[in-house]
Amino acid sequence: MTEIQSILLRLWDSFGLNIRLFGLTLVCALPLGLGIAFLSMSRVKVIAWCSKTLVWVIRGTPLMLQVLIIFFAPGLLNLGAPWGSGASARFAAATVAFIINYACYFSEIFRGGILGVPIGQQEAGEVLGMTRAQIFYRVTLLQVIKRILPAMSNEVITLVKDTSLARIISIKEIIMMAQEYTAKGLIWPLFSTGLFFLAFVGLLTLLFNYLERKLDYIKV
Amino acid sequence: MPILEVRDLHKSFGRNKVLDGISFSLDQGATLAVIGSSGSGKTTLLRCLNFLEQPDHGNILVNGQTIFDAKDAPMLTEHSKRQKRFHFGLVFQSFNLFPQYTVLKNITLAVELLAKGQAGKPDFTGIETQARDLLTQMGLIDKEAFYPYQLSGGQQQRVAIARALALKPEILCFDEPTSALDPELTGEVLKVVRELAQKKTTMVIVTHEMAFARDVADHVLYMDEGRIIEEGSSEQVFSQPAHERTKQFLSRFSGGSA
Repeated sequence: MTEIQSILLRLWDSFGLNIRLFGLTLVCALPLGLGIAFLSMSRVKVIAWCSKTLVWVIRGTPLMLQVLIIFFAPGLLNLGAPWGSGASARFAAATVAFIINYACYFSEIFRGGILGVPIGQQEAGEVLGMTRAQIFYRVTLLQVIKRILPAMSNEVITLVKDTSLARIISIKEIIMMAQEYTAKGLIWPLFSTGLFFLAFVGLLTLLFNYLERKLDYIKV
Repeated sequence: MPILEVRDLHKSFGRNKVLDGISFSLDQGATLAVIGSSGSGKTTLLRCLNFLEQPDHGNILVNGQTIFDAKDAPMLTEHSKRQKRFHFGLVFQSFNLFPQYTVLKNITLAVELLAKGQAGKPDFTGIETQARDLLTQMGLIDKEAFYPYQLSGGQQQRVAIARALALKPEILCFDEPTSALDPELTGEVLKVVRELAQKKTTMVIVTHEMAFARDVADHVLYMDEGRIIEEGSSEQVFSQPAHERTKQFLSRFSGGSA
């Protein structure tokens, strides 16, 4: 194997961390975000207020800071070591920080999407004797998804690139890995990381375009 | 015994009194037209019957049984409200079809969900057959695989009528069913409603189509400022209105539609 091949292989390996962080965040933050959206729309004022405050704090502070706090705070506050130790601990802490952060962003997108569905849809479900859950899952949800896809695709693409922030707690994601070569006087690996991101985002863009086409038959 | 009896219904939104003591009754198989200017409370009355609004005071009885009493309203559970809704069907001014479903699915969805919730095996074939019968009745059998956006407003409204009928309500309500339609499309919807009247479907129709109301309704209510000003047979109200306000209201319509 040539040196170039072996460097690319190592970069690819570390990009695996970016993708895992991306995947875990997406899978957990979507349902959590939906939950937060419902809390923000709660008729109980206190609940809505708490939820909105959480969203404000999380969206109002840097993700990098949140990663640091979630990783270091338990130790500094003598709360034990919830993350365990070593590389897996750092990855777990980063994942949790990312999930909370992205759930808050997603919640606002969901909230906007849900509020955007005409009230008549809900009322039509009601007069047809459907339960609240049936109205949400059978009537509203797909219309919400249709409405929020463009905003979601933006946010999801940002998430791909944000995964590099995990390096702040020494997670050896792709850019950090490439920098090791820069230190040795090799600059091209750093530039090549951009291609990894471009390729992955390209795939996601295709996927979102496909989904948008799939839902094209719904005119809302 | 009347199929529907409304007793002294009151409803306010904040300080705005929208219904101010509405009482009337309706016989099985009769068609009631509710007329009046915008803001007279007609739509709110329909929404109260369908549990979309909760009256502050008064009772609603179906077949002599109280299905709503404002005194017990705070105790009303989501479940019992849902059960009571099945007495009524509602056709909206703006159709409110579900955009992600075909015409057929729009009609069958609620019936299928209801059947799934009940004991025994749901008869999905039977439900679809019934939906197709309704589509035939509406003159739309060739449109069952279409999505709502592919239909004209008049066609959409007829699908909405079929959807409401699919649950076999005892009383079918219409909230200005032609107000959102282009003038040339109102005829096809009114024709369907007229056919339902001929089949003795019990209906409450809020409408601005005076000629239609006069023609189809057995009974007419004229509402103004949340009260029933005049009520009687369609002949009575339209030909010999007793109240000055009714006369004034009808004279505004006499130009084009009466």
